[in-house]
Amino acid sequence: MYNLIRFLQKHNFIILFVFLEALALVMLSRSHTFHRAALNHRTNTIAGSVYHINSDITNYFSLQQQNTRLQQQNADLLRKLALVQEMIPDPDSALRSQIFDFVPARVINNTVDLRNNYIIINKGFRDGVSKDMGIVSPDGVAGIIIGVSEHYATAMSLLHKHATLSVRFLNNDQIANLHWRGGDYHYAEVVDIPSHVIPNEGDTIVTSGHSFVFPEGLMVGTVAELIESERGNLNTARVKFQTNFGKLRNVYVVKNAHRNELDALSTIKTNE
Amino acid sequence: MNNTLLNTLRFIGLILLQVLILNHIELIGYVNPFVYILFVLMLPLSTPGWLLLLLSFGTGYTIDVFMSSAGLHTAATVFMAFMRPYVVQLATGAKEPEMLNNPGLSQMGIRWWFSYSLSLVFLHHFALFLLESFSFSQLGYTLIRIVLSVLFTEILILLLSYFFATRPKKKK
Repeated sequence: MYNLIRFLQKHNFIILFVFLEALALVMLSRSHTFHRAALNHRTNTIAGSVYHINSDITNYFSLQQQNTRLQQQNADLLRKLALVQEMIPDPDSALRSQIFDFVPARVINNTVDLRNNYIIINKGFRDGVSKDMGIVSPDGVAGIIIGVSEHYATAMSLLHKHATLSVRFLNNDQIANLHWRGGDYHYAEVVDIPSHVIPNEGDTIVTSGHSFVFPEGLMVGTVAELIESERGNLNTARVKFQTNFGKLRNVYVVKNAHRNELDALSTIKTNE
Repeated sequence: MNNTLLNTLRFIGLILLQVLILNHIELIGYVNPFVYILFVLMLPLSTPGWLLLLLSFGTGYTIDVFMSSAGLHTAATVFMAFMRPYVVQLATGAKEPEMLNNPGLSQMGIRWWFSYSLSLVFLHHFALFLLESFSFSQLGYTLIRIVLSVLFTEILILLLSYFFATRPKKKK
């Protein structure tokens, strides 16, 4: 016993180091297996309010630019609305059968130069935001919510090792997966393109609607170049994001009203 | 106690500098300087080992909370703190360091401070970026990130330690 105590006293530095390092690695590995940072609500709120104050201050510098982009988006939406209204006799009754809802939010923190980037927004569970909802910018898809506190939410940016998005080529309906390999935050890669599909430069890529998170047909980006695989039959394409992640400010949280139903359905399927 | 206050202020200042300003600087898309570790570098050399480790754990954890990176910075910073006594020994050589001193540019001289900070910055970034990518498949890319980030962090740390060095010695 005495020897044990002496041993602990002598090596307390190393023992404490091993303990703390193990603790940190456990936290890290948990975030890897669950693909999400299980953030403590309180700590998230502290970080959230610091970012909020900062964002309140810096927001003024980009107001004009933000305004122009929102105006452009409004114009686009009005144009589409005019088209849709011609087809639907009574738009108000159609609202009741609407599946996706959009909640405006502001980005209060965002990074682009790490391997795994996160977006923090100023809407939390009080505003009906919950895990696994999507985030879109006025230009296109931006991320997926992974943690929610009372007033804030953390989202995994598309610029993340574990972020994979199911996408579709607009012109030929081919489904593929989009993934970011690090480096330049303007470009991602679309993998698993069969060799008979030859994407051209400038082809539009939209969400496939397979994930329940994003509605079908949301803008993701355009093909920048095709990288043909040397032996396999699955090619890769380099894609330029439509969303400028470096200038993310105003975003929308995408709510899917049928989410629970679809989740229940997929568990039934897997149970069989 | 003045020393405790000074270190607390330095801690808050460096965390805010890191999360509000430096994390938003876009340098070539690869690089993010992590200057917050200067807090651990400037802890007094007489700090007991357990306290050094616990403070580093707290520092890393705070950054993790702000960056949503669950444990990544904690692991790297604790590792760096563990290596600190050995690096101090290496940097000092046979000479006994003035153990009560706060390590810093003005106290230890540029050569000591440079080799000390560069070694620890490198150890920290090495652990950090390897844990972050968690694979050797993109080793080349990770190594470029390590080298560039070490360079920028070290430059900023040297600039900042000039700033900390100019404070009046007898401030009470």
